[in-house]
Amino acid sequence: MFGNLQDKLDRAFKVLKGHGQISEINVAETTKEIRRALLDADVSFKVAKQFTARVKEKAIGQNVLTTLKPGQVLTKIVHDELVGLMGGSEAEINIQGNPAVILIAGLQGSGKTTFTGKLATYLKTKKGRKPLLVGGDVYRPAAMDQLEVLGGQVETEVYLERENKNPVEIARNSIKYAKQNGFNVVIVDTAGRLAVDEAMMTEIGDVKEAINPSEILFVVDSMTGQDAVNTAKAFNDKLNFDGVVLTKLDGDTRGGAALSIREVVEKPIKFVGTGEKMDALDVFYPSRMADRILGMGDVVSLVERAELQFDEEQAKKLQKKIAKNQFDFNDFNDQIQQIKKMGNLKDLVGMIPGIGKMMKDVDIDDNAFKGIEAIIDSMTPYERANPKQISGSRRKRIAGGSGNTVIEVNKLIKQFEETSKVMKMMSNKNNMAKMMKNFPGLGGGKM
Amino acid sequence: MGLFGLFSKEKKEKLDSGLSKTKDSLFSKLAKTVVGKSKVDDEVLDNLEEVLITSDVGVDTTLKIITRIEERVLKDKYLGTDQLNRILREEIAALLEENNSVDNAGYSLPSDKKPYVVMVVGVNGVGKTTTIGKLAYQFKAAGKSVMLGASDTFRAAAVDQLKIWAGRVDVPIVEQGMNADPASVAFDTLESAKSKGADIVLIDTAGRLHNKAHLMDELSKIKRVMDKVVPGAPHEVLLVLDGSTGQNAFEQAKEFTKATEITSLALTKLDGSAKGGVVIGISDQLKIPVRFIGVGESMEDLQVFDRKEFVDSLFN
Repeated sequence: MFGNLQDKLDRAFKVLKGHGQISEINVAETTKEIRRALLDADVSFKVAKQFTARVKEKAIGQNVLTTLKPGQVLTKIVHDELVGLMGGSEAEINIQGNPAVILIAGLQGSGKTTFTGKLATYLKTKKGRKPLLVGGDVYRPAAMDQLEVLGGQVETEVYLERENKNPVEIARNSIKYAKQNGFNVVIVDTAGRLAVDEAMMTEIGDVKEAINPSEILFVVDSMTGQDAVNTAKAFNDKLNFDGVVLTKLDGDTRGGAALSIREVVEKPIKFVGTGEKMDALDVFYPSRMADRILGMGDVVSLVERAELQFDEEQAKKLQKKIAKNQFDFNDFNDQIQQIKKMGNLKDLVGMIPGIGKMMKDVDIDDNAFKGIEAIIDSMTPYERANPKQISGSRRKRIAGGSGNTVIEVNKLIKQFEETSKVMKMMSNKNNMAKMMKNFPGLGGGKM
Repeated sequence: MGLFGLFSKEKKEKLDSGLSKTKDSLFSKLAKTVVGKSKVDDEVLDNLEEVLITSDVGVDTTLKIITRIEERVLKDKYLGTDQLNRILREEIAALLEENNSVDNAGYSLPSDKKPYVVMVVGVNGVGKTTTIGKLAYQFKAAGKSVMLGASDTFRAAAVDQLKIWAGRVDVPIVEQGMNADPASVAFDTLESAKSKGADIVLIDTAGRLHNKAHLMDELSKIKRVMDKVVPGAPHEVLLVLDGSTGQNAFEQAKEFTKATEITSLALTKLDGSAKGGVVIGISDQLKIPVRFIGVGESMEDLQVFDRKEFVDSLFN
């Protein structure tokens, strides 16, 4: 996520290497580098300036006593400051009230409608709520169709008034509808608008007045440049919003906007969007993000994702099979599907400590499993259930059927045998996280 | 007279008002940097650096401009702050000139390529479909026959959105609905354009983040397929960038160029606020000509980028 900033800071810290203490002179060069890195990362000029000043102040005087190198000391200072800047601890969404009313606002193309769909999924699956989506974008062509399609995907009802061009009325009516029909959360999507467009800003102010939301979320593209603070400020002045949603963080943006917005409007970042799928929504954890910036990885998120996608029933079944030495290609395939459900491979790898940086330039194909899947698909059900019976001639047929060479088929079968062994060894330790780590299928492909 | 010369006078007015935010903030900031100063010194240059960076010019280009001004200060020994405005204008104009060698002012369709095929690409939410709608309107107003291809078959209701534009502008559209193969839609569009003798084809594609290898591969494939119907197509690959995007715009341009050899850029949403600065940085860093800029919501507000007019609007 913040890969590039991480690189830059790494380089900046290298300048300090070889010096035994942090002095005015050696810190000056490094803080300049840090400031430059922050500016390159789209952190606002003012925030970057304040930030480096604080780091410098704390750094000077911190010296010699410890066995730590100056670079390490500075890393810690930068880390602590980053966490401070991004809000200290995480903030939850407020869904009090019946129905709880959530208003979504932001610029054109920031990802409001997509986020609306994701939020509905989140509230249903994690909070056990029954949300209603409301199409309040009466301007952009097909905006209502988009919401309707997304509503279908996440199996959530969408309230639309296609002929009504007044978003204030639509919002007001939708609350009545929600009350009558037993929805306990109403999510109102709105049209994208520029902060400088007075008429449109007044309109969203009116929507707010009419529905008195318990939560107003400002959706902002994580790739936004220096203007992020101005825009956030203008929306905040108008709406006094409760939190920020940072979208498209699955790109390679350095995401400095996250830092600046938090600092300037003093509102927490509550969610981050990390993909096009409807479950690609994460809660924002400032300390994890700071860890990530500094290359310490994001293990907690990784484990959480694994847990979320892991089907316990299936795990128990699998464990029994492993214990009885019956682990077969059907199970192997299931495992691959589980990992795939966890999301984009590159994202996952980026969360592993130390790996993120290493893999920066390596292209991880989301189709890394395709070859393996093709081979397994080309097996007969008998072969899948009885891996030991896959003879030479069968292997030849499988290779032909899956468009691979026999060597690749052999390799997969060997990999499979090793996996079975490892699993057998671990079967008494019933621990998904460990299993994931030792699962050669994940590392056996192109990665 | 270029193709888009139709709106010349209004165009200039609109450009002025669209950029007024940038101008106001750039120059109110610039004015502050020289308060109480008679000559350009380190402090003035530091302040100038801040002005340029906060206008999204970008760190590299900002440093380049500062270095050039420093050199002039060294050469001329004494440089009054009253000259700063003029010098900055000269340097910015020079940067735009050096790197934006194709002059768009007289932009028109090459007569030997028919249909002239433009493929429109970019990350999610930059305004690709809206840009296509506005381009279609302007080409049609200029008397050209236009055809649209709905190759964004991924984003919910993207095809509907383009269909509404086609209806609004009254131009034909080729579509196969959602989830169709985008390359196949492009293929059909070109076949149809050829048989109907269209002058220009605009192909919409799904927004995609440039670090997703498989999506970029898909884009290369869409591009390859078109060449099979109309040799040399697409003649233009237009990368749409959101004017409020920061430094990531450069990464986007790099990665999209790898996949599809971008030939020109469109910068949208420049009317928002202090964002015109990004044009300067992009012209300097990317060596790909900026062809269109969006300075407002109405159909005419997508303009052919004219560097001279742009600098004039910024400084006059």
